[in-house]
Amino acid sequence: MIEWKETMTESFEMVVGLEVHVQLATKTKLFCACSNDGFGAPPNSRVCPVCTGQPGALPVLNKKAVELAFKAALALNGKLAHKSIFARKNYFYPDLPKAYQISQYDEPFCLGGEVPLRLKDGKTKIVELARIHMEEDAGKLLHAIGSQALNYSLVDFNRGGVPLIEIVSKPEIFSSDEAYAYLNSLKEILQYAGVSNCDMEKGEMRCDANISLRPKGSKKLGTRAEIKNLNSFKNVKDALEYEFLRQADVLSSGGKIIQETRLWNGKETVSMRSKEEAHDYRYFPDPDLVPIDITPEWSEKIKSEIPELPQARRERFVSDYHLSPYEAEVLVSDRVISDYFIQVLKSSEAQNDAEVLAKLIMNIPDFTPIAPEQMASLVALCRQKTITINQAKELYPEILESKKDPKILVEEKGLAQVLDEKILRNWVQEALASNPKAILDIKGGKKQAAGALVGAVMKLSKGKANPALVNKLIFEGIDKA
Amino acid sequence: MNHLTSLSAAQIAKNVSDGSLKAEEVATAHLSRIKSEDSKVKAFIAVLEEHALKVARQIDSKRAQGKKLGKLAGVPIAIKDNILVKGVETTCASKILKGFMAPYDASIIAKLKEEDAVIIGKTNLDEFAMGSSNENSAFFKTKNPWNLDAVPGGSSGGSAAAVAAKMAPLSLGSDTGGSIRQPAAFCGLVGLKPTYGQVSRYGLIAFASSLDQIGPMARSVEDAALLLSSIAGHDLKDSTSSPQAATHFSGAPLESARGLRIGMPREYFAEGLDPEIRKSVWNAVNFLKTIGAEVKDVSLPHTAYAVATYYIIAPSEAASNLARFDGVRYGHHAQDARSLSELYEKTRGEGFGPEVKRRIMLGTYALSSGYYDAYYNQAQKARTLIAQDFENVFKEVDFLATPTTPTAAFKFGEKSSDPVAMYLSDIFTIPSNLAGNASLSVPCGLTKDHLPIGLQLIAPAFQDEKLLALAATVEKAVNFPQLN
Repeated sequence: MIEWKETMTESFEMVVGLEVHVQLATKTKLFCACSNDGFGAPPNSRVCPVCTGQPGALPVLNKKAVELAFKAALALNGKLAHKSIFARKNYFYPDLPKAYQISQYDEPFCLGGEVPLRLKDGKTKIVELARIHMEEDAGKLLHAIGSQALNYSLVDFNRGGVPLIEIVSKPEIFSSDEAYAYLNSLKEILQYAGVSNCDMEKGEMRCDANISLRPKGSKKLGTRAEIKNLNSFKNVKDALEYEFLRQADVLSSGGKIIQETRLWNGKETVSMRSKEEAHDYRYFPDPDLVPIDITPEWSEKIKSEIPELPQARRERFVSDYHLSPYEAEVLVSDRVISDYFIQVLKSSEAQNDAEVLAKLIMNIPDFTPIAPEQMASLVALCRQKTITINQAKELYPEILESKKDPKILVEEKGLAQVLDEKILRNWVQEALASNPKAILDIKGGKKQAAGALVGAVMKLSKGKANPALVNKLIFEGIDKA
Repeated sequence: MNHLTSLSAAQIAKNVSDGSLKAEEVATAHLSRIKSEDSKVKAFIAVLEEHALKVARQIDSKRAQGKKLGKLAGVPIAIKDNILVKGVETTCASKILKGFMAPYDASIIAKLKEEDAVIIGKTNLDEFAMGSSNENSAFFKTKNPWNLDAVPGGSSGGSAAAVAAKMAPLSLGSDTGGSIRQPAAFCGLVGLKPTYGQVSRYGLIAFASSLDQIGPMARSVEDAALLLSSIAGHDLKDSTSSPQAATHFSGAPLESARGLRIGMPREYFAEGLDPEIRKSVWNAVNFLKTIGAEVKDVSLPHTAYAVATYYIIAPSEAASNLARFDGVRYGHHAQDARSLSELYEKTRGEGFGPEVKRRIMLGTYALSSGYYDAYYNQAQKARTLIAQDFENVFKEVDFLATPTTPTAAFKFGEKSSDPVAMYLSDIFTIPSNLAGNASLSVPCGLTKDHLPIGLQLIAPAFQDEKLLALAATVEKAVNFPQLN
């Protein structure tokens, strides 16, 4: 266990570059027609001669995967190359059936790009990308069946050949919070662009981190360690914080950081291999594949298919729908929800009620969408003040379950608010008559005493009185009294 | 001797299609020829007797039902044992693949089956197609049917010997640096390396992917063209197969060579060329002159770098292509390995022969960090220059005529102890693989020792049809003898 010392954070700054692998949401694998839905499927049920490296089998590039990769690049403001080639990365491992991974090396399809960060303190920052390249995934080794350890290993090639992009940032991330914000923003953009589902539990998004330390104020980069096996955003944050302390401890006691690959085991980072033990991958252009010619027309076509991205949507929610930046932030952080929001507003019943809709969605715990027409109808009921937002919230589970039209449900349950001032005035009179002390208090300047009177009217009305009107009538009544 | 084994493939297909010959008779005749000849020649790693007879009978009953038969109706064909035939052991003449049952058909094998060919056996080769004499087979050495003391050439030596000895009218070879043309020259056959991209490589166990091309071996140009017509064409399973690939080749001779310009690259007629070969090639070219061709002295100035370039690029690709033979999924699996790295070391150490190991080491070295620019990158630049040589010369001439090999078939053991001498026997064939153009060998004479001599004709990419027509014209004039 490394002891944290105040001086560590005072003296050092972490410099982090992230390499994020993202699984492309294609129907089939990168170089064969096998289904790209192997997660949870029986082992080796999504395989063929190509993705198991049978002798004589050849790769054929999946055009859809290439287009999704382009989409990712363009959504992240990257620059597509004119020509891109695949290279073989050669190394032996049982999960790699050809003993080389088809990847990209010196001619990736995208150079540059940027990820906008929104930090906790409200500040923003852009992290630039070095490159994005395409590659195929490896298979998966199993060393146990359930809880039973094996004295041999099994290999499942369902994941072998699945299309990935690797997004490599420049070393421009300076804290674990920034790393966290980077991953969140990246995930959001890729989900919006329809590039990937980014489900980390299914391994659709994986992260390696390069981290080095330097004295605060210095511009020089220190020696870095690469941390592998980071399979959640929290892992990334925790591992970076741990590694910061480890390196700071070594440096403050006069030691040197060695360049190496380390593994995060959930508690600490442990050394996996040093630079000397690093593989020589002997990259060379894959002679089984032809270069990808990226024409301006193709690039334009893909660009035109990119839907509205989160940043633009947030801005639009504020400017067009008059939502608060906070509301826009919450709604847009989930693409499904913000798409739903837009869909509901398309209905004529709710088209001018963005603010009411936003409050409803944000007030309902664990919001699960009902049919957009139902939602529009519910919003209309709130706008017309037939029911309050609180009543709508309470009614919501029932609408969700019964799938009934909210209007009918409100009628059936007799929930409609009473807006008729004549009726309301009767209740107010009754409440005033039985609460002389409250009247005196209010007259004496304690306006909050009106709360008790409103409560009394709500009780009399069985919750159906419109609270704003009741409030108004109470003060009118006292003035007259 | 049985006349059925002397028939051409074209004749067999015609007779089986019109019902004047039964596919089963043809298969039986060739199987019995194999029984009598192959103990001497040793061309086959596996003879698919049962399979061949079954398929032949199916073809006969298909005919009996009045169905139209394919282009190769009832024609027996021998397949080099680096091409996958589903359910059949495919070894590459290597211990590392012993017992490997092909899980699928190569694209061209599927096509042959559609054309009603009868696959009669798998033929011997230099291990993983690396060699020029068949002496690198892990199993046994195939003999040259013209002289059993001479090598049949390689690496498609088994396919060449099988056709020369009339154990099959047709065979398939693969050519990475001359592996079809050199054995065709040594065994007195027509052997074509099609334009790169003309024939699908899907299901050919890769040696060097950017150079490998499957092609026909036959006793006549007509038969070679027939086989090429059956296997050529764009294949969606091979990204390097070309949409330009033609699917029909006639192989009919030209009436006249008037207007044709034939180039004789001086680098191919330099000192050291066997005088008998020089004379024979000149005779063939002179004949073309007499029927109207214009013959020109031309130059391919970067020829001298071809062998060195090839021996960087081919081993680099091979080292990567052969890495999959690791004992994990198929083929030889070393026993008693105590760790993963030991499993790899033992499996590959036991499974590969010395020439394959030599090339894997060459290629691994050439691609290593720090050496890549000096070797692989430099070789790619040289390859570009060699390809440009051909482009330039094909602005002046339509075809090139050269010897296929510097010597006729050599004796066993003559070069096997000196890898460089062996590599140089492919000096005239390698440049076409580097450039990717169409190139073939057609017999043009015999040496005093009664060994065949091959004329190599080279055409620009995708001029395979014209190349075959020119070869047929030479063939008609040469009137090359067949073995009995």
